[in-house]
Amino acid sequence: MTDRTLAVVAAGLGRPSSTRLLADRLGAAAADALRDRGDAVDVVPVDLRDHAHALTDGLLTGFPGRELRATIEAVTGADGVVAVTPIYNGSYNGLFKTFFDVLEPGALEGRPVLLGATGGTARHSLALDFALRPLLAYLRAAVVPTAVFAATADFGDAADPLAGRAARAGRELADLVAGRAPAVRPDPYAEPTPFADLLAGDPPGS
Amino acid sequence: MMQFGIFSVGDVTPDPTTGRTPTEAERIRAMVTIAQKAEEVGLDVFATGEHHNPPFVPSSPTTMLGYLAARTERLVLSTATTLITTNDPVKIAEDYAMLQHLSDGRADLVLGRGNTGPVYPWFGKDIRDGIELAVENYHLLHRLWREDVVDWQGKHRTPLQAFTSTPRPLDGVPPFVWHGSIRSPEIAEQAAYYGDGFFANNIFWPKEHYQRLIGLYRRRYEHYGHGSADQAIVGLGGQAFLRRNSQDAIREFRPYFDNAPVYGHGPSLEDFMAETPLIVGSPQQVIDRTLQFREDFGDYQRQLFLMDHAGLPLKTVLEQLDLLGEEVVPVLRKEFAIGRPAHVPDAPTHAARVAAAQAQEVER
Repeated sequence: MTDRTLAVVAAGLGRPSSTRLLADRLGAAAADALRDRGDAVDVVPVDLRDHAHALTDGLLTGFPGRELRATIEAVTGADGVVAVTPIYNGSYNGLFKTFFDVLEPGALEGRPVLLGATGGTARHSLALDFALRPLLAYLRAAVVPTAVFAATADFGDAADPLAGRAARAGRELADLVAGRAPAVRPDPYAEPTPFADLLAGDPPGS
Repeated sequence: MMQFGIFSVGDVTPDPTTGRTPTEAERIRAMVTIAQKAEEVGLDVFATGEHHNPPFVPSSPTTMLGYLAARTERLVLSTATTLITTNDPVKIAEDYAMLQHLSDGRADLVLGRGNTGPVYPWFGKDIRDGIELAVENYHLLHRLWREDVVDWQGKHRTPLQAFTSTPRPLDGVPPFVWHGSIRSPEIAEQAAYYGDGFFANNIFWPKEHYQRLIGLYRRRYEHYGHGSADQAIVGLGGQAFLRRNSQDAIREFRPYFDNAPVYGHGPSLEDFMAETPLIVGSPQQVIDRTLQFREDFGDYQRQLFLMDHAGLPLKTVLEQLDLLGEEVVPVLRKEFAIGRPAHVPDAPTHAARVAAAQAQEVER
């Protein structure tokens, strides 16, 4: 049995938020799939709305405040990340992007990520592939093949079409997480590049 | 002994309470007046920034510091920072050696990379080479001040054959060098390798970050055999606004904080004071907060305060310096001396470094 953490990030602005509902559903599906494999799972919910001011402050000053710092560490230190945004004007909302903008370069490199989005109608669903996927590709995250879109109508559909999509996406995230050693990030302050390497022109981390 | 002083960014910023923007001529005059005032009130160091874009005036640090050398007697003249990436290291060697002579050894410098992207291409460099430029350029600068004749070849400037940088350093001892960094572990490593000073400009970031950065520098200083970790030479930034009564200080400084370049229109004054070294309050509060730096980072050598930015009028800045010099620094000198282990070095001075070099010569 391995201890795993899943950070479940939602960028919804409403309270209550359908984005949060979808995020929780995806998080639960991934956690179930990991538990089926015998892992212990700790799910950490993150509502970016709670950090909206701190995120703007972080952009302006270049450092995240204390509470936001703890949240960032929870996300970048997780074994897997579920990231869900409402679609605004054909893309992720500003809050969602701001969160990724304050992360350190490389913070999500290789990290398994499951993407989700919400919108009024299914017409917005391809924003997942046209907008969210390229952002996470830039961050070199390992995004699972299935991304899940929930339109408002999905929440009232007796057939519950979301259930199957969430379960498949959750399994994919669990497969990716299970194939990896628990997340450990290199610490450049603990293990600096020796000066002889810097002088020889070897860039940091090479 | 520790050194206390001020550093200026040299920004030309409108006073948010009056809307008036000083001219460049007024701002340059104000910086010179502020530096002279620093000596008058008993401070040890004045450091100027180096910038190559508006709204900043100090593009030519050694010109300003050379003028100040003639106008002052005791003040150590320094920088915050000298751009080691985009300046030619040969010109740095020449300019600062000349300043060292003219100031009778009262010159040192803090090297920094600079974080204004376009300055790199304006000076023919590439910001992606920032660390590499800092490493290569300083390696050359270090040799130019220590070897009379240098043959050199590198990646970022034309080769040198049989080059002698003049004037040679005063008394054969180069100006002391601090390496300044906000966040780069590579620069802490560089400072440690050479046994140079490390100046952590900690005014924007929380202390936990600087504990890691300074901790790295101290550990590696010992690793490279320059002394024990607590003998490494550390300088810290700080930012203060003082009035006798702390409510007055907060009330008067708030509009300057709220509209300041960099952090203005961002976090509240209260949040920023909780997270960074900014202290707005009474002299006693500034004393208490500054003494805390020793608890956080260990005994250190130099404390510089940022006092003259964000559009504060000259008159206000001079009043600040009166309070700093008369009520804060004398207490800090006394308190920091208490319990300071004998093996922790004093702040570097030219006289002490010449004496150390002569002692080494005798040993040979």
